[in-house]
Amino acid sequence: MASPRLFRPAARLLSSRLSSAPFRPVVQTACTPSILRSRGYATESGPKEVTVRDALNEALTEELESNQKTFILGEEVAQYNGAYKVTRGLLDRFGPKRVIDTPITEAGFCGLAVGAALAGLHPICEFMTFNFAMQAIDQIINSAAKTHYMSGGIQPCNITFRGPNGFAAGVAAQHSQDYSAWYGSIPGLKVVAPWSAEDAKGLLKAAIRDPNPVVVLENELLYGQAFAMSEAAQKDDFVLPIGKAKIERPGKDLTIVTLSRCVGQSLNAAAELKQKYGVEAEVINLRSVKPLDVETVIQSLKKTGRLMCVESGFPMFGVSSEILALSMEYGFDYLTAPAVRVTGAEVPTPYAAGLEALSFPQEDTIVGQAAKLLRL
Amino acid sequence: MLPRTLRPKGTLSPIQLRGPSGLNCRFLAHVANIEDIPTEDDKPFSVPIPDGSFETYHFHPPPSSLETTKQQLKQLYHDMTMVRRMETAADSLYKDRKIRGFCHLSTGQEAVAVGIEHAITRDDKLITAYRSHGFTLMRGGTVKSIIAELLGRQGGISYGKGGSMHMFCESFFGGNGIVGASVPLGAGIAFAQQYNEKPNVTINLFGDGAANQGQVHEAFNLAKLWNLPVIFGCENNKYGMGTSADRASAMTDYYKRAQYIPGLRVNGMDVLAVLSAVRHGKEYVQAGNGPLLYEYTTYRFAGHSMSDPGTAYRSREELKAERTNDPISNLRENLIDWAVFTEAQAKEIDESVRKKIAEQVAEAEKSPEPELKAEVLFQDIYVRGSEPSQRRGRTIDETYYPG
Repeated sequence: MASPRLFRPAARLLSSRLSSAPFRPVVQTACTPSILRSRGYATESGPKEVTVRDALNEALTEELESNQKTFILGEEVAQYNGAYKVTRGLLDRFGPKRVIDTPITEAGFCGLAVGAALAGLHPICEFMTFNFAMQAIDQIINSAAKTHYMSGGIQPCNITFRGPNGFAAGVAAQHSQDYSAWYGSIPGLKVVAPWSAEDAKGLLKAAIRDPNPVVVLENELLYGQAFAMSEAAQKDDFVLPIGKAKIERPGKDLTIVTLSRCVGQSLNAAAELKQKYGVEAEVINLRSVKPLDVETVIQSLKKTGRLMCVESGFPMFGVSSEILALSMEYGFDYLTAPAVRVTGAEVPTPYAAGLEALSFPQEDTIVGQAAKLLRL
Repeated sequence: MLPRTLRPKGTLSPIQLRGPSGLNCRFLAHVANIEDIPTEDDKPFSVPIPDGSFETYHFHPPPSSLETTKQQLKQLYHDMTMVRRMETAADSLYKDRKIRGFCHLSTGQEAVAVGIEHAITRDDKLITAYRSHGFTLMRGGTVKSIIAELLGRQGGISYGKGGSMHMFCESFFGGNGIVGASVPLGAGIAFAQQYNEKPNVTINLFGDGAANQGQVHEAFNLAKLWNLPVIFGCENNKYGMGTSADRASAMTDYYKRAQYIPGLRVNGMDVLAVLSAVRHGKEYVQAGNGPLLYEYTTYRFAGHSMSDPGTAYRSREELKAERTNDPISNLRENLIDWAVFTEAQAKEIDESVRKKIAEQVAEAEKSPEPELKAEVLFQDIYVRGSEPSQRRGRTIDETYYPG
């Protein structure tokens, strides 16, 4: 029963990667002379298609431009222009003092960045992927997140940790893991997970400006995806509040709470639910894992009476588990059915495409689970 | 702290003659210095640093005499006595069960904290591991605020939220509880100094136990690669908890362990040697020569922490022998010898220190405990003004909504 389904998500994955290709030339031309680009934005009007990669690049450019205390360091961020090209053009524009290639030494450069933050700078520490940040997680948690509290508030640590997190295609278990729940559980950290280009720009800028350590969990598969970016979001003063979710699609029958790449999948699933069953699902893009926008979730739950979480992390002790627990605490009386979750499977991510697809939520998994919840 | 005075160039020469004839030169310098001791408290003169105080690794040794003043020498004695007395007070408070959890004392290691402080300025930065009381005091923490912190009181330097291992003040970055993790942080502090084009240095201390952590070596590499203004310092007190250095390290010459960074082993039981070494190192680093790796050989008279009597892994004979090499009584004898102060004046200092500590401990004990309310519990997790709108307590009813 499961096997025919497998082809669809895999094919969709492939097509989404291909479809991002036409945007690549845009990336290249838009990125190189950054001054020209920002001038371009000032004169153009209306929404514009921007890839997540470009939006992140724009956020970095603007913050590096406006704050001399800000610098970015990480593996291959400078001369190579970023392993995923997020930092393309930054070295040329800001020079090697502020765009710094590090050796492969996560604990070392992450610790160094945290130390620089303790000493008053505002570092942006890029991990090639968050899988590698496990080498440095002690510095993120014990040194960055806790020092302000342990010092009684006299020692702040303004640092941003960023990089791709979560599901990536065909890279197996060590390179495809979601750390939202890991960082989301730590007091002292803020954690955001952008989905769209606006999310990416607004949340990354907010993270850099926030005086606390903030973890920005991006997703590799979203980098090449283009989204409409409003005129307001194209400006250099655009920031999104950390801790505020966004209702991406209003609905009255079911609340789907999701984050990062699963937002797109959930929106597609919601469209299918509408088409197939005439059901209106409300899709909430969390944007921020910590603090979590409990209010938006509960308000929606009060309206729909049904809750489903969709995420790509492991099922146990995860973001979904937390939201389900919160729904019990704050919204039990409004639930008309037990809340459900669609998550990554409890398995180290397998390499083979078919098995990999079985390990992560697919659009039909979401649709199927929603239909079951709604007894359709 | 005393202003640094310029060292006359002539004093450098005996050092460069080090070798077979070095001893002789040192002896002559020593005699000359004793005769030169001025009557004024603030007039600079040189005191000898004994032979064998330094071992170098691709590095010129510090001069064999140290320019100082009587005032500074007395201050060094005073400061070391302060640290010792404060640690002794902490010891008895712990035994009275007034201090909780971990409490690592630095008795025996006072020369390191005090010597370093007198070689640097308040614009220089310092970071250390968990044996941090002495450094906190030397960096400007008061005895009252340190003892109050140990007691978990509101008047503590971290408002009772950090405890023994987590104390911070201007230009002092703790007090860090994770062995080895503070070393990359120190490299980052030095990075910030370089980034801000400040002419200062960062003193980055760790223990012989931490020296085997991988990230310590990652920090060495980054510091040398980027020419950071940092003096790494391994406080080698010969034991990482109960494991002796030679049971933990394949090579115990810690000053040689970053093969591409010049190193210096310093007699960490001699405050004058430490002061001289750090002053010398600071000049080297400030000249843009990149990092240094120092090793301060020292000894902790107490156990690893209060729960360790410190006798299971080292013999009573060893302890007894080491205790005869007490950095405070050694300096005291020298200062009496050099007529910097008389025995009676030394006793006066001892007495005034004893009184100061007793008063401040009493004040610390008077400080109230942190108020048991949500505002206090949840305060300072995030920078004020940037807090999340709620923080969950143990139950949903205890959820805290600031403001």
